[in-house]
Amino acid sequence: MIAEFGLAALWFAAALAALQLIAGSLALTSRGAGFAGIVRPVAVVQGLLALTSFAALITLFMRTDLSVKLVAMNSHSAKPLIYKFAGTWGNHEGSMLLWVAVMGLAGGFVALVERRLREETLLATLAGQAFVSLGFYVFLLLASNPFERLPQPVAEGQGLNPLLQDLGLAFHPPTLYLGYVGLSIAFSFAIGALVTREVGPAFARAMRPWVLGAWIFLTLGITAGSFWAYYELGWGGWWFWDPVENASLMPWLAATALLHSCSVLASRNALRAWTVMLGVVAFSMSMVGTFLVRSGILTSVHAFAVDPRRGSFILALLAIYIGGALTLFALRASTVTEGERFSPTSREAGLVFNNVMLSAILGIVLIGTLYPLVTEAFGEKVSVGPPYFNPMAALFVIPMLLVMTAGPLLRWRRDSLRRIAPALAIPALIVGAALLALTVYAPLKLLPLLGMALAAGLAVASFLPLRGRNLRRTPLPVFGMVVAHFGIAVALFGVACDSMFSVERLLAARVGETTQVGPWTIRLAAVEPVAGPNWTALEAQLRAQYKDNAPILAAPQSRTFWAPPQTTSESALVTRWNGQLYTVLGEAADDGRWQLRLWWKPFVPMIWYGGVLIALGGVLALIGRVWADLKRIIARDKIAYRRARQGR
Amino acid sequence: MNVAEPASALRRGWALWLPLALFAGFFALVMVGLYKPADREVASAFIGKPLPQFDLRPATQGRPGLAFAKFTDGKPRLLNVFASWCVPCAAEAPQLAQLAASGTEIDGIAIRDRPEDVAAFLQRNGNPFAAIGADDVSAVQLAIGSSGVPETFVIDGKGVIRHQHIGDIRAEDVPVLLAKLRAAGS
Amino acid sequence: MRRLLVIVLLIFAAPLGAQDLLPPAPYANRQLDNPALEAKAQALMETLRCLKCQSQSIADSDAPMAGDMRSQVRQRIAAGQDPEAIRGWLVERYGDYVTYAPRMSALTWPLFAAPLGLLALAAVLLRRRFKRVGSA
Repeated sequence: MIAEFGLAALWFAAALAALQLIAGSLALTSRGAGFAGIVRPVAVVQGLLALTSFAALITLFMRTDLSVKLVAMNSHSAKPLIYKFAGTWGNHEGSMLLWVAVMGLAGGFVALVERRLREETLLATLAGQAFVSLGFYVFLLLASNPFERLPQPVAEGQGLNPLLQDLGLAFHPPTLYLGYVGLSIAFSFAIGALVTREVGPAFARAMRPWVLGAWIFLTLGITAGSFWAYYELGWGGWWFWDPVENASLMPWLAATALLHSCSVLASRNALRAWTVMLGVVAFSMSMVGTFLVRSGILTSVHAFAVDPRRGSFILALLAIYIGGALTLFALRASTVTEGERFSPTSREAGLVFNNVMLSAILGIVLIGTLYPLVTEAFGEKVSVGPPYFNPMAALFVIPMLLVMTAGPLLRWRRDSLRRIAPALAIPALIVGAALLALTVYAPLKLLPLLGMALAAGLAVASFLPLRGRNLRRTPLPVFGMVVAHFGIAVALFGVACDSMFSVERLLAARVGETTQVGPWTIRLAAVEPVAGPNWTALEAQLRAQYKDNAPILAAPQSRTFWAPPQTTSESALVTRWNGQLYTVLGEAADDGRWQLRLWWKPFVPMIWYGGVLIALGGVLALIGRVWADLKRIIARDKIAYRRARQGR
Repeated sequence: MNVAEPASALRRGWALWLPLALFAGFFALVMVGLYKPADREVASAFIGKPLPQFDLRPATQGRPGLAFAKFTDGKPRLLNVFASWCVPCAAEAPQLAQLAASGTEIDGIAIRDRPEDVAAFLQRNGNPFAAIGADDVSAVQLAIGSSGVPETFVIDGKGVIRHQHIGDIRAEDVPVLLAKLRAAGS
Repeated sequence: MRRLLVIVLLIFAAPLGAQDLLPPAPYANRQLDNPALEAKAQALMETLRCLKCQSQSIADSDAPMAGDMRSQVRQRIAAGQDPEAIRGWLVERYGDYVTYAPRMSALTWPLFAAPLGLLALAAVLLRRRFKRVGSA
């Protein structure tokens, strides 16, 4: 019954999305103005119905209802409850349903609270949002029905890929999806603004919280995903420029650019066409990313969710949304005027530079990711990996970081470098000193060296915008910017340290044997079997001693799952303030020795701390913006109330 | 505020269509990629080149080991790269037997295999091989550009690789291999 | 209980994904004694593609063939071969697919021209923008 109920809710939600699209479009014409009233309520109910449908699917998974095909294919009664719950979206159909549910809710929320835009622009936005949702509803209902029943219930489900049975990874896809959905709302705003040609500060302010929210989730998603790759794949790498990783990076790059151009549009009414364009591009990149991951068109480590038929469907949606939006852009953007002007030394110019660099990095990642497809069309196979991406990205990242130190100090419209030069002397000195010290003390690797020096300079420079300000009266978004920029410096420092100072030790050790890796002394005390809820493992007990400190136990495992059968190696990490010890248990050798892989990675956790700081900066900015909006709404309502009373 | 600025619009005209053009390019590219699916196999780039010098010990009792010298006797033959632990290798056994019965000489290279496992494998699936060399560290496999098991190479009488068949040999592949062998012999 | 576990482990360990039982090649999981040579080998291995895996370098793959390739690379480096010569040796056998460092060729030059193209495009769009400011 629950399955049929969920399916019915989904059909109703789809029908309401169609109604929302039609009513919203008609309301924009001169004769259809009567439809304007129903668009907002329809959007809200549509969101609630989609949520109901997703709740039904969660219930089915929690109960392990094996008469439903999706549950039988992806779940197992012996699975821990949390993974039954997370298993709801650990598959194609469930994740698509999650997507439409969140998108519907977000649309409903916009319909409820957004009052800044002119009514026509908002109607166009909601119609655009319904159009995007409708595509996903059709996709779900026609090509990937999550509620399909089996003719005969099976005795036991097939289980969830063991690599995915991990708390971090269970919440990784929904985090990215929340980001994608946020960008889809920004996309709808861009469409609305293009339709009514109303691209101005009000549009930027309406769109900004959604972009910020999306960006926070994307930042967290990428950070978590890279940490997952780091400790789960068991070789100490945290970023491989794999197509799937690139697919998650591209929307982030576009969203970062959009965030910055939004603030120019909101405060200075400039970069109008460019901001609209980025709004379209950011969502395009999330669709392109989803397509690349789902279609399996590129060879990738993450071959979890591959199906070419679904790939074609997503491609069709992509063509309709993006092709349509870009055509609209080309037709309308010429009638969107450029907006206010500014000088080459101004806050705007700094942000434009940042936008151009981010777009260029995005271009590099996109081209590098797709290029194997190009050569394949000509019958040749090539691989594009770190030796291409690292230097090419650095080409644009380094100038961007340099401008990042100075940009936030510049005034809007017109400023002079001479004014900010004294403040920049400190970070410049630090960069110089760091470069000097590093060339003397460290092995010469150009990129990590530059990275570390720039990280040191940026870390200081990121706090300079607070200089001379009354901290109590400084708006929260400024703190957000400071924290996020500092987070970039922290992450960069971790990245540079990892590639410069990591120490690796591979060995085959007998129980009782001792070895050295960097400052650590490590003894293999024992190898013992242990059991988990749905796996058994061999566990190595390593006594790890940092210099003369007390030894700490690290217990890496080689795990064997039985539903479905698969072996994974679970690394064990020992984190200190100055780095991380990374241990992995490999295979047993014939003579009773065990393969061990050990790394000492100085300051590597900074990469993820940095990522979290960046997201935290976003959170601060979002709270600041929403708070200011709330205050404005309350003030406006007060005035309206007073007027109403005076009128009476 | 919403008034067009004809002069600037004209100047920016081409730039506004650029995103759509790029997207069209992307779309065309992935359409090609989607409907002409790439083969996931890595073909050897070593076709037309001579086998490297090698000398492998016998992989099991009852058959000699395999060395490069054998491939220069003027007679074309098949070189089958296999392993006892590989499932499709057992699946192609009937086709190999058929090829051997038609007078083709087949030599094998057993990848990362123990003698007793190879013996058991041959016991189960028959033994079409004239000689089997043991490649314990995939050294010869890497040297001829083979990236998995099973793979079958057609070698001409001078020791030059003429053709590579990736994956197990199906019934319909037998005539192809025979034709390649004939071509290598002429 | 513990013995039972070991038995269960052994039962499950054997037939998984048809793996071979031979020990890995000598230098698959063993570093070269000379740290400078090992660093050279490591840098090369990180840029060679594992042919049996979906998308991993041989430096971070558990596949037996990746282990054999690592062993080859380390032994060749130890014998004094140049890393690029080893890369060339593999490309000769497996084509450009095996290296993550694309080489400039008739087919791949756009890949290397891309950053220049992007910079030029940015320059054109920006110059026009600031010129207008200048004349304003």
